[in-house]
Amino acid sequence: MSKQPTRVTVNGKAHARIVEARLTLADFLRHELGLTGTHLGCEHGVCGACTVLVDGQSTRACLMFAVQANGREVTTVEGLTPDGGLSVLQQAFVDNHGLQCGFCTPGMLVTLTELLRENPAPSEDEVREALSGNLCRCTGYAGIVKAALDAAQRLRDAAEG
Amino acid sequence: MKPAPFDYHAPRQLKEAAELLATLPNAKILAGGQSLVPMMNFRYVVADHLVDLGGISDLRGIAVVDGWLRIGAMMRQRELETAPEIAQHCPLLAEALHHVGHRQTRNRGTIGGSLAHADPAAELPAVCAGYDAVIHVASIRGIRQVAFADFSTGFMATALEPDEMIAAIDLPVWRQGHGFGFHEFARRHGDFALAGAAALLDVGAGNVVRRAALSLCGVAATPVRVEAAEARLIGQPLDSTLIRSAAAAAWLVEPVSDIHAGAEYRRHLAQVLSARALTDAARRAGVDVPSVV
Repeated sequence: MSKQPTRVTVNGKAHARIVEARLTLADFLRHELGLTGTHLGCEHGVCGACTVLVDGQSTRACLMFAVQANGREVTTVEGLTPDGGLSVLQQAFVDNHGLQCGFCTPGMLVTLTELLRENPAPSEDEVREALSGNLCRCTGYAGIVKAALDAAQRLRDAAEG
Repeated sequence: MKPAPFDYHAPRQLKEAAELLATLPNAKILAGGQSLVPMMNFRYVVADHLVDLGGISDLRGIAVVDGWLRIGAMMRQRELETAPEIAQHCPLLAEALHHVGHRQTRNRGTIGGSLAHADPAAELPAVCAGYDAVIHVASIRGIRQVAFADFSTGFMATALEPDEMIAAIDLPVWRQGHGFGFHEFARRHGDFALAGAAALLDVGAGNVVRRAALSLCGVAATPVRVEAAEARLIGQPLDSTLIRSAAAAAWLVEPVSDIHAGAEYRRHLAQVLSARALTDAARRAGVDVPSVV
């Protein structure tokens, strides 16, 4: 029972694998599926780089075993990215200097995707609180917060048509 | 940073989980995994078996029964943070949950897991101490109820036997209109608190305090009820002088020094945070008091 059959839908595509129980969801995504957009920084739930959506909820993929994702839907940063371009949030990161080295960016994008879905008009404080679980060591967060607020505005403008 | 190998079990029934815990050697319960999995990744914890409670529907749900709010042990912290029943009946719990970790960990972390882990800096055990929660503990021998004062036994230690699990938590519902407050100090939002305070106040005619609870986290091996503060509050008209006097009773705590903060600083925080939590509670109970700190 140290190996388990596991079926997971990742970015809309169903996958079936027999995995070791101790395999984290993050390592499953990276090594089994080759989805290396999910980054691993600390591997003990502090840095937030490995954040993915599990059934739509932001989750640290280093603190969940792949077997626990059996029957669930996972969205990674690859799944947030439209074919041949950038999402509104990603473009806002580019325009507002929201990334420098880019290591933390996938986790930032995933967390903010959940936030903007739940709260389309967040305050700066709400953005900062949502990002409190995602560490960035380059930007000082100013550009990231600006990008989040900018993306929220653009999404609201688009929704109003 | 990879956990040691283990066998994984995902029971669907409470009885099945209890049987697994009673028979498997060196088994650990996997609830939300937000404390256990880091310890496994560091190999502080090496378990031969993990029993995942995530698939057991009997461990989920929120219900109000005879003046008590019953919460299934596997309810996720973020579910509780946003549940209307919690906001209505036990608002102190919702208030404290904003401070528990980060949204990513609250999406997975459970109330039962937090109580069983019993980190002295954790918010939820302090809230349960303040409410005089009753913990429902399940095993192959059935369900037993344990008062929270007896449940919390020491530094990261509880009254749970190795083959027992938390099934549910009962919190008494205070009178509608009661006040509540939770304040903590952490270097960054979501970090472990250096200290925290949870307050409940029920105020009657003439602003006289009918009922009071004040509990602290981060200042001892277990959550602490500040009974001396409660004794000063009950039966007295509530004003800022009374709050200052009650909060000063938190001076009695005996914290330890560690790399994060000295004992004296934690004792200072205990008083300041108690005053702020009591002030919030007073205002929410309809008594307009000025801030004292």
